[in-house]
Amino acid sequence: MNARETILKTVAMNKPELTELPDMDLSLTIQYPDLIQQFIGIMEAAGGKAYYENSRQDLLNDIAEVKAEGKFMINLLEDSNAEEWASLTASELEALDTCYLRAELGVAENGAMWISEKQMSNRLLPFICQHLVIVLDPGDVVNNMHEAYRQIDATAEGFGVFIAGPSKTADIEQNLVIGAHGARSLRVYLL
Amino acid sequence: MSVKQHAEAAQEFIRDEARTDWHDETLWFVRHKRDKAVNTLPEWEILRDWASRIKNHTLSNLDYYLRNFEEKAASNGIIVHWASDTEDHNRIIHKIIADNKIDKIVKSKSMLTEECHLNEYLQNKGIQILDTDLGEYIVQLRKESPSHIVLPAIHLKRQDVSETFHEHLNTEKGNYDPQYLAGSARHHLRERFIESDLAITGVNFAIAESGSFVVCTNEGNADMGVHSAGIHIACMGIEKLIPKTEHLGVFLRLLARSATGQPITTYSSHFNKPRPWQQMHVVIVDNGRSRQLGRADFRNSLKCIRCAACFNTCPVYRRSGGHSYHSTVAGPIGSILNPNLDMEANSDLPFASTLCGSCSNVCPVKIDIHEQLWKWRQVIVANGYVDKGKKAGMQGMAWVLSNPQVYRMAGKIGRWIMRTFPFMLNNRLNVWYKQREMPRAPEKSFRDWFKENK
Ligand code: SF4
Repeated sequence: MNARETILKTVAMNKPELTELPDMDLSLTIQYPDLIQQFIGIMEAAGGKAYYENSRQDLLNDIAEVKAEGKFMINLLEDSNAEEWASLTASELEALDTCYLRAELGVAENGAMWISEKQMSNRLLPFICQHLVIVLDPGDVVNNMHEAYRQIDATAEGFGVFIAGPSKTADIEQNLVIGAHGARSLRVYLL
Repeated sequence: MSVKQHAEAAQEFIRDEARTDWHDETLWFVRHKRDKAVNTLPEWEILRDWASRIKNHTLSNLDYYLRNFEEKAASNGIIVHWASDTEDHNRIIHKIIADNKIDKIVKSKSMLTEECHLNEYLQNKGIQILDTDLGEYIVQLRKESPSHIVLPAIHLKRQDVSETFHEHLNTEKGNYDPQYLAGSARHHLRERFIESDLAITGVNFAIAESGSFVVCTNEGNADMGVHSAGIHIACMGIEKLIPKTEHLGVFLRLLARSATGQPITTYSSHFNKPRPWQQMHVVIVDNGRSRQLGRADFRNSLKCIRCAACFNTCPVYRRSGGHSYHSTVAGPIGSILNPNLDMEANSDLPFASTLCGSCSNVCPVKIDIHEQLWKWRQVIVANGYVDKGKKAGMQGMAWVLSNPQVYRMAGKIGRWIMRTFPFMLNNRLNVWYKQREMPRAPEKSFRDWFKENK
């Protein structure tokens, strides 16, 4: 008997009597009086920076500044080159400084944002860039993860990710260091 | 017994008192952060209940969900492998490496590959794997093993890390700044991600209905490796399954809050299909899990989502360190899982607990950890795997405890000895006196006191 059959057979033999899945009443889960305020607070606590009031102008300034510095940037907000970026390899993207992209949804309870494969065009982009800039429609902020999974289709594409803040580590004496292996900073424009 | 016993190994750890105190306090601080995060959610107990029932249900129909997962994953272009034991697991991975003539391999945190000793196995075949989680990278450079499943280098101080990096990465000697040290590792590892051909990851949750899997990290190392390399191998135990995508809502809310007190990890990556030019493999590993499923008293240890909350809260773990458990998974849950893998070699572990029950209280999937520890003790004694001193003591104790008059008499004698001849206890032959002061014995027993004062 091969491993697969042995495992499946032993599991079938040893498993306990069938029990039911819980009936999850999602009305029991947390709802926030002010979704945006909650989202911004918790996202910034995780090391991100939010722009809300004057966000359209702030975003334009942000893009202009990075452009002026002459750094390698990829702007998926307006770019029609998404196809071209999709095939770039890690060594071609190594020098990427800033990446701009749109998130599909934000979660108030934890500050996470869902980015589907289509939105990132290349799976490496949100991770390999030094600085990540996300644009999120404030109308797409939901209360909690249960609502999030109802709204997105997490398995519709090949890959998708919830991102909550810049990459970080506390592996040295529990000291928080922002900028582990992924992006070193995260800016979020709510507009 | 070939392996060092927990008590013996712990004795080495606690020799440095300042360091033991620091270890204890640091983990207590993590436990504290967990409490703060948990208290923000009024529905916490409801979530635990759902999580526990989802896992119970999954285990009660696990063969169906495994088949379901395999079928869906295969239809998404993922290659599924099955491994009965560590040998199978390592052989499968080696074959993928050899068939594709790979030599640049990065790995993100996977306790399963540690359990299988994959690094050593491949090293013996001349293949090097680079661990990329910062904590794991540090312990790998030091040729140690992780001492904690979430915080692999929690037994080390910044001075240790600084010395290790100075030796291997040529960082400044005497620079203890965590920012500087982590930055140097980032710089060094970036190159390795970019040139890697194959990336190995663990799996936090595998979803049966869609054949997809989720990997959670804060550092972004799993994604840097996986999306750079042409081949991704994800290794999972059979117990990682959950039935539906919507169940992720429950588990992702519980995992990071329980582990580090964060509301969610920085990255929760959902893998459904490989990119067109990529290979994606999933290795499903049993290694004793199906046997544990058959042990009615211990099967619900398979609900574990490896958050390590039970480690951080455990007074024994905090003061004895992960290495004293001589196993990949230390702490209270490790003390339940390891005797299943090798009862004799791990017979000491269920005794490394005060049975205070704090672990069961924090466990996000409601595993009755301390009760299982107590049950393992019975099994281990019944199988004769307990050392002679402990056995004689336990049998004597059982006799005393089952005879009320003897118990009262023994108490009287004990108190009298402690007051009159304290050196009889405060000596090196008494293991309870090591690193401890014996308390002053009270004049009378609680029973006598109660009779007089009620
Ligand atoms: S037993 Fe419970 S508390 Fe311990 S690691 Fe597993 S899930 Fe976490």
